[in-house]
Amino acid sequence: MLAFLVRRVIGALLILLVISAITFLLFFAVPGNEVAALSCGKSCTPALIDEIKRGLGLDQPIWQQYLTYLGGIFGGRMIGDKMCEAPCFGYSFVNRQPVFDTVVDRLPVTLSLAIGAVVLFLIFGVGLGMLAALRKGKAADKIAMGFALVGGSMQIYVLAPFFLYIFVYSSDLLPRPHYVSFFDSPLDWAGGLILPWICLALIHTAYYARLTRSSMVDVLNEDFIRTVRAKGLSTREVYVKHAFRGAMTPIATILGLDIATLFAGAIITETSFSLVGVGQLAVNSVLASDLPMMMGVVMLASSAVVVANIIVDVVYAAIDPRIKVTA
Amino acid sequence: MDIGGHVADLVQAELTTADASSVPTGRSKPPVGRSPGQLAWRRFRRDKTGVISGCVVLFFFLVGLGAPLISLLYGKDPDTQYGLERPGLLSDTGIPMKPNGGIDGEFWLGLEPKLGRDVLMQLVYGIRTSLLIALVVVFIVTAIGVIIGITAGYLGGKADYFIGRVIDTLLAIPSTLFFLAFTPIALALFIAPGKEAPAWLRATALILVLSVFGWTRAARLLRGQVLSLREREFIDAARVSGASSRRIVLKELLPNLVTPILVVVTLDVPAMVTTEAALSYLGVGMVEPTPDWGRMIHTGGDYIQTVPTYLVFPGLALLIFVLAFNLLGDSVRDALDPKSHR
Repeated sequence: MLAFLVRRVIGALLILLVISAITFLLFFAVPGNEVAALSCGKSCTPALIDEIKRGLGLDQPIWQQYLTYLGGIFGGRMIGDKMCEAPCFGYSFVNRQPVFDTVVDRLPVTLSLAIGAVVLFLIFGVGLGMLAALRKGKAADKIAMGFALVGGSMQIYVLAPFFLYIFVYSSDLLPRPHYVSFFDSPLDWAGGLILPWICLALIHTAYYARLTRSSMVDVLNEDFIRTVRAKGLSTREVYVKHAFRGAMTPIATILGLDIATLFAGAIITETSFSLVGVGQLAVNSVLASDLPMMMGVVMLASSAVVVANIIVDVVYAAIDPRIKVTA
Repeated sequence: MDIGGHVADLVQAELTTADASSVPTGRSKPPVGRSPGQLAWRRFRRDKTGVISGCVVLFFFLVGLGAPLISLLYGKDPDTQYGLERPGLLSDTGIPMKPNGGIDGEFWLGLEPKLGRDVLMQLVYGIRTSLLIALVVVFIVTAIGVIIGITAGYLGGKADYFIGRVIDTLLAIPSTLFFLAFTPIALALFIAPGKEAPAWLRATALILVLSVFGWTRAARLLRGQVLSLREREFIDAARVSGASSRRIVLKELLPNLVTPILVVVTLDVPAMVTTEAALSYLGVGMVEPTPDWGRMIHTGGDYIQTVPTYLVFPGLALLIFVLAFNLLGDSVRDALDPKSHR
C-alpha cells in the first residue's frame, strides 16, 4: 500500500510538472513582448516596459524564467523589489494582489458551491437511480430516466437566468444568490447558495441517476444476489444490505473523478449567478489577460484534480475488497 | 415528407460501407443472410424514439444547411438591425415595444433587445456556427483518437505507456478551464492581441483548442477495444497467415471498431456543441457579429428581467438539439450492440 501510494504521488508530481511547464510556455512565451505591455496597463511608456521586463525577469531566457517560477512556488522569490512569500504564484497584473492569496480568498465560495451541489445530486441522483433499478421497465423507471435525460441535456447557463427570473426577480421567493460564510450564519449561507446548488445539481443528478441505475441493474444480476435471495433475505434486505453496497463502488470512483467536471460547472455557475469564487476569477482573469492569475488558477485546479484522483484510488481500494493494490 | 428515408439512407450508407463483410441479400425466403449493419439498421428502425430523434437532429442539420434559403423565403437576414432602422419597434431603452419580445406576424420569434435584429434569423444562422465548429472538431478528434487509440492498443508496451501518461496529464486539467485559458492564446498565435480577429480565425482558434483536448475520450475507448480485439483468434489467424501489421490494422481491426467509433461520435457532437456555446457564453468563443447560440444566451441572460422571451428560443433550441442527439446516441448504441439491455 505504501509503495503504491509513493508511486502514485511521484506520478502526480510529474504530471503537475509537465502541466506547469506547458502552461508557462504557452502563457509567457507565445504572446512574447506583450506580457510586459499587459502588465503595465494603459498608460505605458517604453521605459516603463523595460523596467517591468527586468522586474518580472522577462529579459532572461524562458527556461530560467520557468525555473524561477517553480522556485517561487516552493521557496518564494523576489518580484521587482517586493518579496513574494512561498507559495508564490506571482502578482496579478490587474490589482497587484498575490495570486495565491486571491485564490485562497475565493476558495470558500467555490467549495461551498461544490459541497452543496454534491450533497443534493448524490441524494437525488442515487435515489432516482435506485428507484428506477427497482422498478426496471415499469412506469416509475421510465419517468425517472426521462427526467434524467432531459435534466442531463440542460445547460447551466440557460437554467440560471430562468431560475433567477422565476425565483428572484418576479417572485422574491429567494434572495439574490450571494455568499455568506457558513461560520457567520449557516442559514444565510444555504439561502444565498440554494439556487446555484439546485442548478449545478440538476445537471449532475441526471448523470448519477443513470449511473446508479445501470450499476444497480448489473449488481442485481450477479450470483451473490441470487445466493442471498436463496438464503431467504427479504427483498428490502437484499437491496439495502448487499446490492446497494456493491453498486456504490463505481459511483464513488466517478464522484472522485468528477472533481474536474465540478470545477468546470463552478466556472459557469459562478459566472451565471455572479458569485465571487475561483471559477469567476478564472473567467475574469482570462478576459483581462491577467496571465499570472490564469496560470495560478490552472495550476491550483490541476493540483486539486490530481490529489482527488489519488484519494479516489486509495478509497477505492479500501471499499472494494476484490481490488488488491499491487505495487 | 420523407425525412425518415433520408436518415435511412445515411445510416445505411455509413454502416454498409464500413462493414467489410456485407452479405448480398435479395432472396425473399428465409433464412435471409443479413450483414451486422443491416441487422443494426433493422433494430434501429423499430426503435420509435431513435427514429424521431434522428429526424429532429436531421432537421437541425437541414436548417443549418438551408439557412440562406430560409432567409430568402422569410425575407430577412441575420445582420440587419430592423429595430434601429424602423421607428416604433424598439423603445428608447432598446426594449421591443410589442409584448413577448416583439413577436408578431412579421418577426416570428421577436426582436433582439438593443440591436433590434431578427431572432429567428439569428437562431437559424447560429445553428450553422455551432454545428460547423462542432462537426469539424468531432471529425478531427475522432481521427486523432482512432489513430492514437489503435497505436496504443495494438503496439502496447512503451507507446501505450507514453500515450497513457499524456492522457492522464490532459485529464488533470479541468476541461472548461483549459478551453477558457487557452482559446485566447490560440488566437494570439494567429493575430497580435488587441487586434480585431475575423470570425473564421476565432472559429479556427476554437477548433484548435477543442481538438487538442478533445481526443482523449475516443483514444481511451478505442485503446480498450483494440486491447481486447488484439487477443482474439482472427487476429492471430491473420498474423500466422503472414498479414502485415498494416493489413491487420486496416482490414481486421478497423472494421471491428466501427461501433465504438460511432458511439464516440454520438457522444462527442452534443458535447462539442454545448462546449462551444459555453465558451461563447463566457466571452472567449465567437463574438459579435457572428450569430451564435452561446452569445445569444449570454445576451438573453442580461435581458432576463425586461425581455425574458429572448432567452427562451436559443435556450430551447439548444435543449432540443442536445436532447435529440443524446436520444439518438442511445438508440444507435442499442441498435449496434444487441447484447446491451438498458
